[in-house]
Amino acid sequence: AESPFKADIERAQKELTEKMTPGAIAYIPGSSVINKTGSWRVFRPEFKKDKCVRCFLCYIYCPEPAIYLDEEGYPVFDYDYCKGCGICANECPTNAIEMVREVK
Amino acid sequence: MPIRTVMKANEAAAWAAKLAKPKVIAAFPITPSTLVPEKISEFVANGELDAEFIKVESEHSAISALVGASAAGVRTFTATASQGLALMHEVLFIAAGMRLPIVMAIGNRALSAPINIWNDWQDTISQRDTGWIQFYAENNQEALDLILLAYKVAEDERVLLPAMVGFDAFILTHTVEPVEIPDQEVVDEFLGEYEPKHAYLDPKRPITQGTLAFPAHYMEARYLVWEAMENARKVIDEAFAEFEKKFGRKYQKIEEYRTDDAEIIFVTMGSLAGTLKDWVDKKREEGYKVGAAKMTVYRPFPVEEIRELAKKTKVLAFIEKDISMGLYGAVFTDASAALINESEKPLMLDFIAGLGGRDVTFNQLDEALSIAKEALEKGKVEKPIHWIGLRKELL
Repeated sequence: AESPFKADIERAQKELTEKMTPGAIAYIPGSSVINKTGSWRVFRPEFKKDKCVRCFLCYIYCPEPAIYLDEEGYPVFDYDYCKGCGICANECPTNAIEMVREVK
Repeated sequence: MPIRTVMKANEAAAWAAKLAKPKVIAAFPITPSTLVPEKISEFVANGELDAEFIKVESEHSAISALVGASAAGVRTFTATASQGLALMHEVLFIAAGMRLPIVMAIGNRALSAPINIWNDWQDTISQRDTGWIQFYAENNQEALDLILLAYKVAEDERVLLPAMVGFDAFILTHTVEPVEIPDQEVVDEFLGEYEPKHAYLDPKRPITQGTLAFPAHYMEARYLVWEAMENARKVIDEAFAEFEKKFGRKYQKIEEYRTDDAEIIFVTMGSLAGTLKDWVDKKREEGYKVGAAKMTVYRPFPVEEIRELAKKTKVLAFIEKDISMGLYGAVFTDASAALINESEKPLMLDFIAGLGGRDVTFNQLDEALSIAKEALEKGKVEKPIHWIGLRKELL
């Protein structure tokens, strides 16, 4: 499955000029997707597919949204934007998501 | 034909706003500026001014509402003073950073504590680093004219910064003086419609205003504000020249009075300039070589003009109604910075006067003159800052 932001990222990267504008106005709609905010993450969600019942609760509750669904309806975690808030793991009724500390 | 009438500076400010035709006014009452929005609300209620008048719950809300309105793309106006301006403080940076040409009238008033409703400049001086252009009016006519000029400069594409016009509490805000109200058609010609090319809302052109800038971008945004303030110097001169052509009244960043052969020049702002010029006349009659200078623009600081003025005199003395605790008055400090790299500079003195509405009298100016004369005779300044008119018996 592809990130739903893929087209936006490509478009924004193409149109983006590196020039600062008066008032720091952003003239390209949706261009914030360029900022890969996932680097803030301390805990990452690790997905255990065998426990998943495809209830979509993680997909619905993700505030970013950094979870999208693959063709079979399983969640895909977009680590470019996931900040590791853990809401998905907390909501998951079958404990199919585990928060694991990021190690570099 | 312009109408020649009499009014208070607060009314003159309201008239200036009416002539500029702002689309949104948001204001919260505060002494001594309350009459400004009060009068404007009458204009709106009578159908003489086609604008939204927003009654807000604080000055913080007033300026925030105008940030929203100006970001949507319309001309805006408000008035406040003292604690009200202080309460606006954080949003003043936002208005400048978002490059919104909001114009605001200030009845210059002292800051608490102790609470005091009378005149000094501490309120606006304390906002000097916010990115707002600052004008100071000597009289009620200037209050009206400078508000029109503030729009002209603020909305210029080379500037796009907010501007405030200060006029002294009670001395001007509540004092009736002759004022000429310019013709609406001439003001329309002078200002035109506000047509922003950057900050406005249009569903066909989606943009984000009030963005977040990471360390990789923040400095450049701030640099552009600084650069816009630098550009404002030239734009202000152009606006003054065009204003003189259209309305017949001349403005200068620094207006000199009897400075030609002066050995001591006193510099001040606001209504005190009137007192100072009268006093200079008297001292000239007594044979003293003194001159006066009035600063009409404080931000951007008139660096070149101060340098030119400094070349003309042996002692350059500032009389100011503000104090930076832990140093000197702000005008003196800024002027010192403007002159720091000049090879020849005059002796410089700072006189703190008239805080909290204390009248600045001829006797006090005489006190300042004797200190300046002593420096001139000795050829050096032993102590740069003096508080004049202090009641030493209370200390």
